[in-house]
Amino acid sequence: VSGAEGPASLTVASRLSGYLRRGGIITPLLTALIAFVIGGLVVALTGANPFTTYKAIFDGSGLNWLFPWISAEDRTTAALNLQQTLILTTPLIFTGLAVAYAFRAGLFNIGGQGQYFAGLFIGVWIGSSLHGLPGFLHILFALVLGTLAGAVWGGIAGFLKATTGANEVITTIMLNYVILWVGVWAFGLGGPLHSDSAADKTVPISNPVVQNARLPVFWGDPELQGLHIGIFIALGALVVFWVLLNRSVAGYEARAVGFNADAAEYGGIHAGRTYTKVMLVCGAFAGLAGVIDILGWQFAVATNDIQNAGAVGAGFIGIAVALLGRNTTSGVLFSALLFGALINGTSVRNLDPAVFPPELATNLTLIIQGLIVLLVSAPVIVTALYRLRPRRARAEEEAGA
Amino acid sequence: VSTATLTRRLGPAGVERSVLAGWGAVVLALLAFWLTLPPLLVRTPVPSLVLAAAAVGLGVWSLREGQKRLGWAAAVTGVLCAIGAIAATRSGVGNLERVVVWSALIAAMLRFATPLVFAALGGVVSERSGVVNIGLEGMMLTGAFFAIYGADLTDGWFGGLLVGMVAGGVLALVHAFFSVSLRADQIVCGFAINFLALGTTGYIFLQHYGENGTPDGVPQVPDVSLPIDWIPFFGPALDKLNLLVWVALVLVFAVWLFVFRTPAGLRLRSVGENPRAAATVGISVYKVRYLAVIASGVLAAMGGAFLSIGFVHTFNQNMTAGRGFIALAVVIVGKWRPVAALAAALMFGFSQALAQRLPVFSDSSATLLQALPYVVTLIAVAGLVGRSTPPAADGVPYSKE
Repeated sequence: VSGAEGPASLTVASRLSGYLRRGGIITPLLTALIAFVIGGLVVALTGANPFTTYKAIFDGSGLNWLFPWISAEDRTTAALNLQQTLILTTPLIFTGLAVAYAFRAGLFNIGGQGQYFAGLFIGVWIGSSLHGLPGFLHILFALVLGTLAGAVWGGIAGFLKATTGANEVITTIMLNYVILWVGVWAFGLGGPLHSDSAADKTVPISNPVVQNARLPVFWGDPELQGLHIGIFIALGALVVFWVLLNRSVAGYEARAVGFNADAAEYGGIHAGRTYTKVMLVCGAFAGLAGVIDILGWQFAVATNDIQNAGAVGAGFIGIAVALLGRNTTSGVLFSALLFGALINGTSVRNLDPAVFPPELATNLTLIIQGLIVLLVSAPVIVTALYRLRPRRARAEEEAGA
Repeated sequence: VSTATLTRRLGPAGVERSVLAGWGAVVLALLAFWLTLPPLLVRTPVPSLVLAAAAVGLGVWSLREGQKRLGWAAAVTGVLCAIGAIAATRSGVGNLERVVVWSALIAAMLRFATPLVFAALGGVVSERSGVVNIGLEGMMLTGAFFAIYGADLTDGWFGGLLVGMVAGGVLALVHAFFSVSLRADQIVCGFAINFLALGTTGYIFLQHYGENGTPDGVPQVPDVSLPIDWIPFFGPALDKLNLLVWVALVLVFAVWLFVFRTPAGLRLRSVGENPRAAATVGISVYKVRYLAVIASGVLAAMGGAFLSIGFVHTFNQNMTAGRGFIALAVVIVGKWRPVAALAAALMFGFSQALAQRLPVFSDSSATLLQALPYVVTLIAVAGLVGRSTPPAADGVPYSKE
């Protein structure tokens, strides 16, 4: 099943060198570097010092926990920050996979945010009802149903693409807005899932997830939003992604369709059915991210948060994660970590306002994200700058593709 | 097909009878619904149900005569209009008269459609040259922010409009540079443009205006007062529309004239259909595409400017809220034609106008109706209007060698 990459005799080393030759790891690194340099210029234009700003963002992300030389006091703070970074990294791994898997099949899944919402909404609904169910069962039930909800929401786009040829870019974006308003309605005042608590009478918020159904915290204090076990589910999803893509019939078909849909059809693969299946899987990944976020640390969803996440939520950042990670397993892991750290480091709570205004930093994150996606869209720019790939090799590859 | 069967199939004006039947069914269905609304307000559903049944019958006949899409569409419209008619006869006359004020609905439809018309015209021009522009959303947002920023700085609405248009053009230049010169993936690149616009406008907005938002006294694009309010129906709908609404309508005609009736328009289309052939006869593909993309950015920015200094009179982060993406759908539903795009934009505008007026019935479900324009887009793109074919070279980078 796995013969798509070439002759089986290819050694690990030769495959690795091939990957590097194609700018596999250096291109993303340079891309991120250029984006951060331009971001630094933006900071400098505001009159702040880019170096201290980036240092503050780095420290805010808690990644300095990895340095052995920091003081015990700093280490305590760093641990708290790193827990938050990893909490934010968890959904990004999933949404990154949701975008990456679609890309491998030649689809651009902009609907990660909507699929994430689908999982989150079902997650908070299940998690806040069914009192008295044993914790493990409750969590499992919410995870499964939330994943299914995400899969359905993604699958709609795939199904429409397969049956009517509707462009998935448009349909996934529209599905994002549809579910956004469904959520604002359902959890808003007078909505069917609005909080039952008398204190929330004028607050548009959902019921909280019951204690039993919250994901266990394994690092840090559960009261202080320690790191929950969702990160392990995310790591498991990375393995699933790799196996699915490289060692399964479904993944082979997805890649074949992504490489050349007509040729795949000629080879007996039903492209339409593959699109639907791929989008089901993508939606499942993103939906799982939503349930894990709600069971892991958010516990309740307010309609304000739904509307604010409309364009900057985990589903959208997943696009940058997948693109920077070149749609590979390890790439998604590391770029999810990068963006998790960036978002946490620029958050209002972590960034020292004396160094750089945190509300501006949120937009700085968006700019850096935009630059990364922009640079990834034209790999020629980074590679041409550093002459990683000889021009002729590139031309041959394009002619072959 | 023999001549005899052909003449039997053809109705007046040489249109196939099945097509006539399909469209006739749609008209009948709409008529059935209209009977129960102001001003006629028929209080019994019987005549409407008879008409709707006839519409469904005609639709089914048209379907069996081979009009697959149209027949289905007509039959479904018949059923929906019957449901609408029943709902209307059951709701109070007072509510109906407050919601269905035709002149107000028409005025609101034009107002909601205007930003879509500008952006969709931009999309038509860009895609006719062979460059997909997913970045319309970001260019709109940029136009919206810089128009109000410029109006504030120059203390005049015209200055603001110009600043907004230039900003949209500059952002479009980035898109053109990446997608034309660097032959980037146009969809990914356009998406990056959206991130960049979101981050940049948010950044400057917060840095300049802070938490207070844009000031109140910023000059606005004036409304055009026409002395026509004595004309029934049209008078009250059209007598006080914003100047940019009229500009949008004029531009629809101008863009149609340009694209389909001028030598330059022919060049534009030939580059979008077959750039190699166009280059052979001496047309500079790069130049045409650059100009088309920049024009699309300027047009989209005008739509954004209408939002901020013509309609809402303020700016907030991410205020375009997906309108640029709806505009993309408008381009597709309008089959890359300006006038058809106008019709599609009016349809979306109407659904937004309706959603805005329905809170009369219930606040909570009105929130849900905010999703209506997006659902309409989904249905439209998923093919009620048939598959539309983009320009042949749309989205394909062109290399000179």
